[in-house]
Amino acid sequence: MNFQLIGVNHHTAPVEVRERLAIPESRLPEALKLLTRFPGIDEGLIISTCNRVELLAQTKNGSADLRSFIQEYFHLDSAELTPHLYEYKERDAIRHLFRVTSSLDSMVVGEPQILGQVKEAYATARAVGAIHSQLDLLLTRAFAVAKRVRTETAVGSSAVSVASVAVELAKKIFGTLHGKNVYLVGAGKMSELAARHLLAHGAGSIFVANRTYDRAIRLAQKFDGQAVEFSRLYDTCDRGDIVITSTGSPHAIFRREHAELFLSRRKNRPMFFIDIAVPRDVDPELNKVDGIFVYDIDDLQQAVASHVADRKKEAEHAEQIISTEVERFHSRLQTLDVVPTIVSLQDHLETIRQAEIDRVRGRLGSLSPDQELAIETLTRGIVNKIMHTPISALKTAAREAEATTVVDLVRRLFNLQDRKSGQSGGDPGASR
Amino acid sequence: MPILWLRIALAFYAVGLLYALVALSRTSDLLAKIALHAAYLGMVFHFVSLMEGVVLSGQVTLASVHNSESLLAFLIMMVFMITYAVYKTTSPGIIVFPVVFLITFVAATGQQPFLKASPTMAKGWLFAHIALIFTGYAALFLSFGASLLYLIQERSLKSKKAGGFITRLPALEVIDEIGYRALLLGFPFMTLGLIAGTVVAQTTFGRVNVLDPKILLSLLMWAVYLIMLYTRWTAGWRGRRAAYLAAGAFATAIVAWAANYFSTIHRFVQS
Repeated sequence: MNFQLIGVNHHTAPVEVRERLAIPESRLPEALKLLTRFPGIDEGLIISTCNRVELLAQTKNGSADLRSFIQEYFHLDSAELTPHLYEYKERDAIRHLFRVTSSLDSMVVGEPQILGQVKEAYATARAVGAIHSQLDLLLTRAFAVAKRVRTETAVGSSAVSVASVAVELAKKIFGTLHGKNVYLVGAGKMSELAARHLLAHGAGSIFVANRTYDRAIRLAQKFDGQAVEFSRLYDTCDRGDIVITSTGSPHAIFRREHAELFLSRRKNRPMFFIDIAVPRDVDPELNKVDGIFVYDIDDLQQAVASHVADRKKEAEHAEQIISTEVERFHSRLQTLDVVPTIVSLQDHLETIRQAEIDRVRGRLGSLSPDQELAIETLTRGIVNKIMHTPISALKTAAREAEATTVVDLVRRLFNLQDRKSGQSGGDPGASR
Repeated sequence: MPILWLRIALAFYAVGLLYALVALSRTSDLLAKIALHAAYLGMVFHFVSLMEGVVLSGQVTLASVHNSESLLAFLIMMVFMITYAVYKTTSPGIIVFPVVFLITFVAATGQQPFLKASPTMAKGWLFAHIALIFTGYAALFLSFGASLLYLIQERSLKSKKAGGFITRLPALEVIDEIGYRALLLGFPFMTLGLIAGTVVAQTTFGRVNVLDPKILLSLLMWAVYLIMLYTRWTAGWRGRRAAYLAAGAFATAIVAWAANYFSTIHRFVQS
């Protein structure tokens, strides 16, 4: 068990840095393969959302150089990166992962989307074989902990998602949302959620433009909206009072000249751009145009700072849950670790061998060194032959999720106690 | 006596001034409520003061500097209250209260004796002229105030750091609507007021010199007003550009007012 985690999130890095580290969904499998082939790494998981990019790895000796992997993969200087990176090992890595999946590390604490995003990352990693044993256990546990936090605390109950913050801001600009049109650029889950919120607060029509036209149609149908071909984006976008962008485009889609064009077509009625894409879809310059308001994902964070304060108390409760869960998982991993079991199995059989030799040695009289050696070789050979199958079974089990069962079974079959209690329990027996 | 009522009104308006000053640093619902009620009471005394002035002199006596200032302050408060009735926001008070206080203060510091207006003047038209023009001024002022609030709100939304009294400002489009409606409301008053003024001048002086500064400046002000409406209709100008225009119209209005001191046909009755 050697967990290592490295990453950047919205606390440590501004969106300018995060958008350079973001790994699009399509390139995730390839990145995962590279990660697992990196020296010292057994298993890997990559979480890349708009608020964080994190690499989690199960390493051979707990000292894999994840930092170099990031530098190599993104072709970045360490000087540029170092101030934004955080690294955790073992217990701290487990704790961090638990906090992330429980949405305690989220921009909007308690928002439910992050759990789904980690689950997707997990599914992708499993599909390419980057996760097969220990990380599997860790992730499964993390999902269970997230569920526990959700049900036992009120952290998620009044979750102010990015979507509802967007609604508040839109109301600050437009007063009422009645008759205001929402224009979605990119048909992602987040923008769908935001659109749903806006509609619930009275917004009028929905337009959806997406590079894959089919997806635009599907999403538009959900809202009784209108799908727009992506090529007609600039011709139609001025019809949206609120524009939500979430495309995977590497460059800004909306630049200053577009905004000025929209405004003249709209007779200067204000427009509100909500840019939840990383890298950003809207050039920050747009915010300088009179009548255009641009909020990117970081700005939304500021807007919800107060909500975070509201939920501090619940978050503390959640942190306690996580602490106990970390300890529980950690100790469970230790029993799960097969090495101690193999060692105690070897010790156990070696004790038996030695005891048997001592018992019969007196009856055999004096023996030549050759004969001594023969006995030694014979007994050792028998013991090794017997041990071979259980040990290889244990080693295989270590790489599978069922390790606990196998370890339990072997321990019970050979009556192995924990190493410490085994010694103290064995001594009285030997003296008798 | 009218001056006493006016000073009592001034004391009530001072509460509004206090509200405006406090609002710059933090919000207080209680103070807003108190300021609003103080403003109601102030208006009652203000109204009494205006009426008594009329009764005392036995005729319309608005044609003195202080009386007209008093009337202007009263009309601005009226427009503010109408806005409050429609939009339930005291935010324009941040700008309206200090200005009303200032104008009322000047009007209340000294009052000229109520002189009978020139008997040759067409009294009905004169009253109409003053009341209409001043309502136009008040509306223009509120529109200007709304533009300022729009700018503050716009800036806060763009800086993305909401806080203090800005969070209590009405939504951007609501502020915009207040400013626009005030402008729309003021325009007919201003236009009719100018027409009434022309009638007064015609009946008093017969032929009027069109090059008189008062007439030229009044026309200029009217033109700026018209431009504001026009740009708003055609290009939807708002925010910064609308604020500049409103400031321009307001400045012209003040200059047109100042023209009273060097116009040959339009002078306040001096004591």
